[in-house]
Amino acid sequence: MNIQELKETARTVRGDILTMIHQAGSGHPGGSLSAAEIMTALYFDVMKLDPKNPEWDGRDRFILSKGHVAPVLYSVLARRGFFPAQELGTLRKLGSILQGHPHKQSTPGLDCSSGSLGQGLSIANGLAIGFKKQGKDNRVYCLMGDGELQEGQIWEAVMTAAQLKLDNLCAIVDYNRVQLDGTVPEIKDLGDLCAKWHDFGWNVIELDGHDMEQVTNAFRMAASFKGKPSVLIANTVKGKGVSFMENDCNWHGNAPSAEQLEKALAEINGGKEA
Amino acid sequence: MSGKVPMRDGYGKALLELCEKRSDVMVLDADVAKSTRTVWIRDRYPEHFLDMGISEQDMVGTSAGLALSGMVPFCSTYCVFLAGRAWDQIRTTVCYNKLNVKLGGAHAGISVGPDGATHQALEDVALMRVLPNMTVIVPCDAEETRKATLAMAEISGPCFVRFGREAVPLVTDESTPFEVGKARLCRDGSDVTVFANGPMVYEAMNAAEALAKENISVRVIDLHTVKPLDEETVIRAAGETGCIVTAEEHQVHGGMGSAVAECLAANCPVPVEMVGVQDSFGESGQPQELMDKYGLNQENIEAKIRAVLKRKKA
Repeated sequence: MNIQELKETARTVRGDILTMIHQAGSGHPGGSLSAAEIMTALYFDVMKLDPKNPEWDGRDRFILSKGHVAPVLYSVLARRGFFPAQELGTLRKLGSILQGHPHKQSTPGLDCSSGSLGQGLSIANGLAIGFKKQGKDNRVYCLMGDGELQEGQIWEAVMTAAQLKLDNLCAIVDYNRVQLDGTVPEIKDLGDLCAKWHDFGWNVIELDGHDMEQVTNAFRMAASFKGKPSVLIANTVKGKGVSFMENDCNWHGNAPSAEQLEKALAEINGGKEA
Repeated sequence: MSGKVPMRDGYGKALLELCEKRSDVMVLDADVAKSTRTVWIRDRYPEHFLDMGISEQDMVGTSAGLALSGMVPFCSTYCVFLAGRAWDQIRTTVCYNKLNVKLGGAHAGISVGPDGATHQALEDVALMRVLPNMTVIVPCDAEETRKATLAMAEISGPCFVRFGREAVPLVTDESTPFEVGKARLCRDGSDVTVFANGPMVYEAMNAAEALAKENISVRVIDLHTVKPLDEETVIRAAGETGCIVTAEEHQVHGGMGSAVAECLAANCPVPVEMVGVQDSFGESGQPQELMDKYGLNQENIEAKIRAVLKRKKA
């Protein structure tokens, strides 16, 4: 896919996110929308995958540490062909393959269950260590929220990855600066986030997480960097693409009404480039 | 069968055997490698060993990732920090994903001694057995710990084994059968059955021997696997002997005794008496002093047998 196609796919993903959360009547739109470009780039450009063979041994792995943004993951998995897009309408419903938070055994293409914050990077480290031990060249990706970085286990894992020089690992921080109760600075400030990761021994790449060209370039830079794990500090906007959701913590975990959905979809599709 | 050996030696020996044979085994520790005996792996098979530092939650998560990559991680540290501090990681990452992670909990029970209550795991069996997909094993001596550790490597899915720090008498040898999920008859008897695990198996054997002189016939069963529970053996023993005593180095609430009581309440209600710590924290002291103070000994098992026999006759 070229950049234009990736942008269009991200637009489709945003529409999916809003529609499926509306249909479910609950879910987390804010942090799903902020990660749309990152997730689209990963599943349509960066990662080695085979939708026909979801358990393919040679595939790259993705750990969604911030499990509550399952809708964005489900959308890219469906659009990439791991399961039919009609399934998106069953999100959070009894018997669905799409659980409220990711459940590996339920959803084709899912590499790990998640939902209790702060745990994903450790899992990604373990995968990266395992691949190195087995002489395999699979790469590992892990998406974290910024609020999630308040969990202590993240920093245990940050030290582990640096200690073991896990350069087959790329972490991404969706730095949207909003968490459930308010903004990150007013709840528990992260300070100079790039400096923190740098001081912990990581290769740090800061970028605009909504600029598809920057996103794909950053992943390429990370993949070619040797000797250290890489982290993408992706500056993003919570609720990106929907004016009334942007930067508002009330849209961390709320479903849009039918009227709100219509307005949101119009905004997303209205910004369509020729 | 003679002499005393620390149970953790059995864990270390089994890991050495596994690393010798298998390239997919990884041994992780959280800065207590000398205590858990994983230092033996560090020294002999360094490529199989990872010291994760003092980060138990990260160690469990890393083990989960290793399992996802196709390896078989043995995640080792003090029981209290493994089952307690990393419980959410074990629940949501290891068990929910049904990952092939092996948890080795060292320094189990009150017999840790002078370190005191913070380091005495008395709740771990309860914490682990409540988790779906988890296998929970409490071996009785170093040899059974070795066999349990080897057996865990053959099971696909999360497993937890807990073992003590102290040298305890060997009550099994290489030829003693061991099968996960299958309780082991140590001594047959007809008046009462004692289900014991961990170091309490030895105490139960001594109690049975002592009471034989008074013509009380005590069946002793090593209930090393708390989950999945060998319900068939538990129900049969209750039916045949009519009353039960359980004995474990753990809180009476939530541990093996509770598992037995749950099973019997549903299938064969008979009087049950439990030997274990009675809803309290431990304290500092010498291991044997503590075992005696908290009633984790032969004398208390005998007392509970007499009590349960009275209830049986009533």
